Amino acid sequence: MNEILSAPYVLEYTYTRSTGPVVGRFLENLRYEVLEGVKTADGRVLCPPLEYDEEGEPTTGEFVPLRPSGTVKSWSWVQEPRKGHPFDRPFAWALIQIDGTDNAMVHAVDAGKAKRMKTGMRVRLRWADEKNGTIRDIACFEPIAPFLPGPVHLEYDVNPGKHYTAYLRGLQEGKFIGGRDPEAGKVYVPPRGADPMTGNPTSEYVEVADVGVLTTFTIIRIPFEGQKLTPPYCFGAIVLDGADTPIYHLISGVPHDDIRMGMRVKAKWKPQDEWETSLENILYFEPTGEPDAPFDSYKEHL
Amino acid sequence: MAEHCAVIGIGQTKHRESRRDLSMPGLVRDAALRALQDADMTWKDIDSIVIGTAPDMFEGVMMPELWLSDALGAAGKPIFRVHTAGSVGGSTAVVAAHLVQGGVHEKVLTLAFEKQSEANAMWALSPAIPFQPQLVAGAGGYFAPLIRSYIRRSDAHPDTGCMVAVKDRQNGLLNPNAHLHLDLTLEQVKASPMLWDPIRFSETCPSSDGAVAMVLVSDKHAGRVKNPAWVKGTSVRTERTFFAGRDQVNPAAGKLCAKDVYGEAGITNPTKEIDCAEVYVPFSWFEPMWLENLGFADEGEGWKMTMEGKTALDGEMPWNMSGGVMCTNPIGASGMLRFAEAARQVRGTAEQHQVDGAKVAVGHAYGGGSQFFAMWVVSSER
Repeated sequence: MNEILSAPYVLEYTYTRSTGPVVGRFLENLRYEVLEGVKTADGRVLCPPLEYDEEGEPTTGEFVPLRPSGTVKSWSWVQEPRKGHPFDRPFAWALIQIDGTDNAMVHAVDAGKAKRMKTGMRVRLRWADEKNGTIRDIACFEPIAPFLPGPVHLEYDVNPGKHYTAYLRGLQEGKFIGGRDPEAGKVYVPPRGADPMTGNPTSEYVEVADVGVLTTFTIIRIPFEGQKLTPPYCFGAIVLDGADTPIYHLISGVPHDDIRMGMRVKAKWKPQDEWETSLENILYFEPTGEPDAPFDSYKEHL
Repeated sequence: MAEHCAVIGIGQTKHRESRRDLSMPGLVRDAALRALQDADMTWKDIDSIVIGTAPDMFEGVMMPELWLSDALGAAGKPIFRVHTAGSVGGSTAVVAAHLVQGGVHEKVLTLAFEKQSEANAMWALSPAIPFQPQLVAGAGGYFAPLIRSYIRRSDAHPDTGCMVAVKDRQNGLLNPNAHLHLDLTLEQVKASPMLWDPIRFSETCPSSDGAVAMVLVSDKHAGRVKNPAWVKGTSVRTERTFFAGRDQVNPAAGKLCAKDVYGEAGITNPTKEIDCAEVYVPFSWFEPMWLENLGFADEGEGWKMTMEGKTALDGEMPWNMSGGVMCTNPIGASGMLRFAEAARQVRGTAEQHQVDGAKVAVGHAYGGGSQFFAMWVVSSER
């Protein structure tokens, strides 16, 4: 069999181009981040400038400074850029009418996504970092958006306070600590320094159980910013035995359809060597298997 | 009160998911100008400005009242901000009314706004503060367990929330300023995805950009318009988020707020003496919950009013004629939009969503963990 012979071949040579008085001036100016158009005999302004306009007339040689922004007249999205394209990510080729001109320039628009491209959209010129007097001294155009990023960055030192510290130290030892005003007798978990109903200091610390009643809950099925967990997951209010206020935590170890108001639940702790001053020592609450608490026993906590 | 107070100008922007066509100063100015035009006034006529918006982290702008003062013609005039979480639009209007009623100022411009599109309220609500457990739930996740408790306590029909969602969206179709214009059937709402069980997607409010403004004046200026809305009662009440034995479903502060505002307005039977109400319902189930909290229904009975269609636009007690928070939710402005809609109703200027012959209306707002409440009663008669 006679296989057809094949070998790679590259035809490559750098020619010299005389740019002439009009295009030459335009390209030289790009080195200095100066954008100019040229006037035609009939008073129009062209950018990129031409030596001869489409009527066959020589342009005037009179140059006009231009603002480096314009309007997209037409465009085509390049989803898969090829070698030699200005970007290795998707971009648009566009016809851009520079402000104050009467023609349009072909150039790239770095829009990120096709849905940001629109005929009539406003774009600004982005200069290349390195310039060498070619049209690529204009790196591309980019959309002009009527908004800016507004970063906010604030730094704090957070002191959880005396009573919350007692709670966190308790968690570090695998215990739930509450605070009680001896007169009213209500136990707040975490302790808060004063009973908001009486105004009295919660002067006594008491330990409460890591077992309690799931009073109410939700199944979260929506993703949102800053979320650490992957939906769906259950988030519930748990009144621990001996406490008078609920804490909120994840409910797990049970199919979502079996989670009920009044279900008895207990804390599922991390291994002891991982305990810190954090409620995250508890992975979640899970059913104890005891009978459900009657509604009347927890309805005052809803 | 020493002076009577009347609403003579009301203006609002078109509300949208994003008003990036307007800067924040441009947004508030749009609403303020509409209110001034409605009152047949210019900036020079205004004595003071009271502005409200949601907590700073919702937009990341500290002290917007100072930044926005030029846009609101406030140079050389008193301007200050009210700050009560989601109820802020309501309490801002209450403060403005008090300035007039107390004789401090005769002509007050009050305004509330929010550009949710410039920030992320879900992020702002779930910061990971050291030592504190992160609220892993977002806004809906906080309220969903309360709704579950309500359903259990009242043995409510499970479709109640869906009924409200359909009804409020139908009303919103009549309101050209509303953000959402959704023609939904009960079946469509029931089939929409669960986000925070038992809250479905279609049972939640949107995130909106928008602003609303009102001009409040004393007696002697009320004659500028032929149909002022008279402020007959105002009230603001607050309680803590957590305390032992707190009723989170039917909070005491909300009941006290309603009792107080009815007392001031001389109302003894809300269902008979009030013609319609515009109430802060960001999740549809809050309609039956607030029907009970505000004394329109006995405890455990609110859902029946909804299911019987009594709260529809043509029902016995229309609620949320404008489409409410379920159709439009620029958080900081949401409360004042409720107050403004109540005033529009008694002025007879609610256009397509006008309740025929409405003379007395209630505006309501709440915020935080169902802990800040603001209400007013307005009437066509002084």
